[in-house]
Amino acid sequence: MTSLPDKTSKKLGLVIDLDVCVGCHACVVNCKEWNTGGYGASLADQDAYGKDVSGSFLNRVHTYEAGTGQSARVVHFPKSCLHCEDAPCVPVCPTGASYKRAEDGIVLVNEDRCIGCGLCAWSCPYGAREMDPAEQVMKKCTLCVDRIYNENLPEEDRTPACVRTCPANARHFGDLGDPTSDVSLMVQERGGFDLMPEMGTKPVNKYLPPRAHQTNAPEPATCAPDAVDGAQLGGFLKWVDKALEAMK
Amino acid sequence: MHPAYSVIFFTTFTGFGYGLVAMYGFDLIDPTTLAGQIGYVIALAAIGGGLLSSTLHLGHPERAIWAFSQWRSSWLSREGVVAVATFIPLGLAAFGSVILSQNWHILAVIAALLSVITVYCTSMIYAQLKTIHHWATPLTCATYLLFSLTGGYLGAVALGAFSGSTVKGDAGLALAILVFTWGVKGFWWYRADTDRAPADIESATGLGRFGQVRLLDRPHMTDNYLNREMGYTIARKHALKLRRITWVLGLWIPAALLVLSYGFDGLASALILLLAALSYLAGTLVERWLFFAEAKHTVSLYYGQSLETAA
Repeated sequence: MTSLPDKTSKKLGLVIDLDVCVGCHACVVNCKEWNTGGYGASLADQDAYGKDVSGSFLNRVHTYEAGTGQSARVVHFPKSCLHCEDAPCVPVCPTGASYKRAEDGIVLVNEDRCIGCGLCAWSCPYGAREMDPAEQVMKKCTLCVDRIYNENLPEEDRTPACVRTCPANARHFGDLGDPTSDVSLMVQERGGFDLMPEMGTKPVNKYLPPRAHQTNAPEPATCAPDAVDGAQLGGFLKWVDKALEAMK
Repeated sequence: MHPAYSVIFFTTFTGFGYGLVAMYGFDLIDPTTLAGQIGYVIALAAIGGGLLSSTLHLGHPERAIWAFSQWRSSWLSREGVVAVATFIPLGLAAFGSVILSQNWHILAVIAALLSVITVYCTSMIYAQLKTIHHWATPLTCATYLLFSLTGGYLGAVALGAFSGSTVKGDAGLALAILVFTWGVKGFWWYRADTDRAPADIESATGLGRFGQVRLLDRPHMTDNYLNREMGYTIARKHALKLRRITWVLGLWIPAALLVLSYGFDGLASALILLLAALSYLAGTLVERWLFFAEAKHTVSLYYGQSLETAA
């Protein structure tokens, strides 16, 4: 049923630290690697070695420049499904393929029911859903539902592939419905924010803002060659200075 | 938004067909005349062809039966359910007209009611999308319903002229309806051009706290589904030209022909009125193409595109 659950017992989601992300795209690669062989249809790559490479991805990294002048900064910006509480992609689905789980809040697509109409992708403000060009069904982040509950994996691997692989520890996974969870505390401490809150989707995933520049850093010392005053030198360097001055 | 031909034909032709069906319910076409019988065939062809065209848009049309299941939440599902429900009274009324030359008016009235509801459901598929602010207005529903009914009325006047039941005043009323419909569409365009975008790149990234935000690098060098489906852009100058073509085909030519029809009688008048309806239909096709091509989706923000029409 594509009506949203009134309330979910858990709100599983990601917290992405924009201060730490180095833009290496390892999360993109590991997401694709895991999910092309995991839940549902594989993720296509078309014309993979040609000019017009195209494929479906569940996670993509954009890079932005924010601010101007001294305060300008480069921010790498990973983006995947935010598993919104009020997910607009769910009620628009005509077939019941798109649904949000009442037990943990994960938004999923039952691909055997998906007719590939694309309306859920139109209703998502974030571009989190992509139609697979080969399978013609809607693909989206599953929060690695086939990893996080998978008892065949070692416990440290029971986390989404993007989180597990991030070399900078910029991605965190947990229950954002539990105010005492690590991720909730992190969001509280760092002022985690929602993307496009004006769309009213109430995203579960949160982003941590880049930290402020240090404004009390000392001015770097200037050191130009002609600023060297021989009179201030002593010992061997004074002798070298005198000897060089003497050379005409 | 990508202007997919399947969806453009679907919305335009089903809209016209349902509008024509509504005219039988309003008793504006006599289903026992030859013209009335031909009208039913045209309406069924337009609706059937349009609905078939819409399935071309699907990745898996073989699973389309599931699309009737989620009418509680989905406008697309509702549209499917009501469209199929319409076929019951419509099919019977058309059978009565075309095969038996009977006027089963009560069935025509039910078909007309369901037709209007179907067109409303179609319009809500677009009007519900907050992500596309050009569409997210009750004006979208108003334009879909008006385009449908105006097309139906122009068709009814032309058909009536062939069977001899159209009187001179009908073309005048058609002209008034035509002008009103395009007036509402003009207002829709005015709103689309002037309404403030619902979001910007600063709120999309949450980085507005540092000042202006610019895209440095896209995630991939080449276009992806999101760019192709939702990042479609049309040059402003082309859009303006196409808008002019829409006005000429959809309003000015039909309006001139409606006035011209006063100077003629019989077959000549009927042919002029038929041309008016066809020109109007061509105009609404261009209008529907622009409806998609000019619409901007919030995901464009992440790719450094603006949501403003003029961009």
